[in-house]
Amino acid sequence: MQTKAIPGTLLLVSAFVLAALALIELSIGEQISWPQTANTLLLLLCAWLACSMARWRAALFAVGLAVSAVWLILLPYHALSTSVLALLAMVSVQRLARAPVPAGAVAGLLGLWLLWFWQILVTGYAVPQVILPAPLDILTALVDSVSMLAGDLVQTVLKSVLIGYLLGCGLGVGVALLIDRLPFLQRGLLPVASLTSTVPLVGVAPIAVMWFGFDWPSKAAVVVLVTFFPALVSTLAGLKASGRLEQELMYCYAATPRQNLLMLRLPAAMPFIFSALKVNATLALITAIVAEYFGSPTAGLGFRISTESARMHMPVVWSAIVVSSLAGSLIYALLVRLDRRVNFWHPSLRGGAA
Amino acid sequence: MTINRRLQLYALPVGSVLLAALILWYLLAFALNASGVIDRVLTPRGPWSSSDLLYASLNASRPLLPAPHQIIIDIWNSISQWPLTSPRNLLLHTWVTASAALTGFGMGVVLGVLLAVCIVHSHTLDKALMPWIVASQTIPVLAIAPIVLIILGSFGITGMLPKATIAMYLCFFPVTIATVQGLRSPQKMEMELVHTYAARRVDIFWMVRLPSSLPYLFPAFRVAIASGLVGTMVAELPTGAQAGLGARLLTGSYYGNTIQIWSALVMASLLGLALTGLVTFTERLVIRQRKGA
Repeated sequence: MQTKAIPGTLLLVSAFVLAALALIELSIGEQISWPQTANTLLLLLCAWLACSMARWRAALFAVGLAVSAVWLILLPYHALSTSVLALLAMVSVQRLARAPVPAGAVAGLLGLWLLWFWQILVTGYAVPQVILPAPLDILTALVDSVSMLAGDLVQTVLKSVLIGYLLGCGLGVGVALLIDRLPFLQRGLLPVASLTSTVPLVGVAPIAVMWFGFDWPSKAAVVVLVTFFPALVSTLAGLKASGRLEQELMYCYAATPRQNLLMLRLPAAMPFIFSALKVNATLALITAIVAEYFGSPTAGLGFRISTESARMHMPVVWSAIVVSSLAGSLIYALLVRLDRRVNFWHPSLRGGAA
Repeated sequence: MTINRRLQLYALPVGSVLLAALILWYLLAFALNASGVIDRVLTPRGPWSSSDLLYASLNASRPLLPAPHQIIIDIWNSISQWPLTSPRNLLLHTWVTASAALTGFGMGVVLGVLLAVCIVHSHTLDKALMPWIVASQTIPVLAIAPIVLIILGSFGITGMLPKATIAMYLCFFPVTIATVQGLRSPQKMEMELVHTYAARRVDIFWMVRLPSSLPYLFPAFRVAIASGLVGTMVAELPTGAQAGLGARLLTGSYYGNTIQIWSALVMASLLGLALTGLVTFTERLVIRQRKGA
C-alpha cells in the first residue's frame, strides 16, 4: 500500500504544467501584473502542498485554495490560472470524498466550486445578463426584490400549493380508505388512477382559470387534481402491504375491521403514503408554477418568472427560481423528517440509524 | 383461461367506473352550461321546452364544459376534413409534440445512463454528484423552461431542440437514479465469480451490470417519457410556438375556445398512453429476446 500513487496524480501534473505556462505567459507580457503572478505562485504552492497526504499540508492546501479563489474573483480574468484552479478544485473534491466527512459535505464543496466557476466564467467572458446572469447579480436581485418575492411566495406556496396539496392528498387518502371495503370499486379505480400518471394533467390549468378565476383557487384546483391520484394509488397499495402473519394475529385477537385498520393496516400503509406525499410535494409546486403561466393575479412565482423573463430582467427571474427551489427543498426536507418520525420501524430507515 | 378470468375481474369494474365517469361528465356539462345557454341562446329565441334546453346545453358552441361527444366530433373533424399538413389538423400538432418529446427522451436516456455509469465507477462522483441529482428532484425544473428557451434561442437554436432539451432535463433524473440502482444490483456472488475469471471492468459492465439493470431501466423509462411529454407541452407555452399540443392549449385559452382546449387535452392523454405503451412493448420485446437467448 505504501507504493500506491497519491490520488489525482494526473490532475496535479497537469496543474503544474499549466501553472508553469501561466507564469511564462505572465512574464513575457509587456507589463508584469504582480498580483496575477503572486496568485499563480500561490496556486503552484497549493499544488505542491497537495502532493502529499499529510494532514497539515491538506489544511494549508484548503486555505491557500480558498484565498486564491477569492483573489481571482477580484483580479481581471486570466484563463490559464483559472484552469489551474479548476484542476486543483477537482483534486480538492476528490480528496474530500476520501476523507471521513459527513455526507453532503462533498456535494456542498462541488456546489460551491460550480457557483464559483459560474461567477468567474460569466464575468470573465462578459456573457450578457440576458443569457446568464452571474450568481452575485442574482444574489443582489434577490436582496433588492425580497419583499416582492415574499409576496409571490405567499401567493404560490401558502395559498395555491398548500391548500391544494392538503386537499388533494387528503381526498386521495380519504377515498382510498372509503373504498377499502369495496373490492369492486378498487379493481375499477386502480387501473384508471394508474393510467392518469401518463396524462399531462397540468393541461387543465387554462380550464381551471375559466372555472375558478385568475386567483389562487384555480391553481389550487389543478394541484388537487394532480396530487389526488398518486395519493389514492399509493394508499390503496399500502393498505395491502401488511404481512400475513400480522393479519392472522389480529384475526386471533378477534379484532374488528376498524381495529384491524387502525392498528395494523394503516400503520403498515404509512411508508407508502409518505412516498406519495413526498412525490406530491414537488409535483404540487411545479404544477402551481406552471398553472400561473396561463394567467394569474399580479403575484406568484410562476407569474414573476414568466413576466420578468418577457421583460428580460433575468436576475429577477433567477432569484424567483432560487426562491422556489429553496421552498421545494424545504418542504421535501420537512416531509423526510416527518417520515423518519412516523416510519421509524421501516427497514429502509432502521438501517440508517445503526 | 387466465385471460378470461382477468376480463371478469377487471373489465367489469373498470368499465363501470368509466361509465360512471362518463355519466357524471354529461351531468356536469348540463349543469354548468344550462344557465349560459338559457341567457344567450334560448331566451332570445322565444319559448322553449326542457328537451330544447338539454339539446342546446350539450351542443353549445362555447360551453364551460363541452360534452364528450362534442370533443370526439371536434377531433374527428380536424383529422378527417383537413390535410395532414394543415395547422388545423390535430395530428400535425400531436406529431410536433411527440417528435420533440421522443427526441428529448432519447437525449435524456443517453445522458442519464452515461451519468449513472460514471457514478457507479467513480467513488468521487458518487459522493459529489449523487446528492445533487437527488436534490434537483425537489427543484421545480419546469420553472426554468422559459430561461432555457432564451439561452438556446440566443445561440440560434430554435424549433424542436429547445423543447427537447427541457424534456431531456425532466427525463434524465429517473433514468439516472434507476440505472445506478440497477448497475449496483448484481449480487456479491456474481461479482466474485466474474472476478475469478479476471474480467476487466468493461467486461463486468457488459456481461453482468448492464443485463441485471434492465428490470430497473424500463419502469424508469415509463416515468421518464410521461414527464418528458409534460415538459414538452410546457415548453411550447412561452415560445409562442405555432404548432404543438401546448400551443393549441394556449391559443384555445386565449380565445376562450373550450372545445379546442379539451380536444388538445384528450389528444395529449392519448399520446401519453401511446408513448408509455410503446415503452412497455419494447420492454416485452427485449425481455422475451433475453429469455429466448
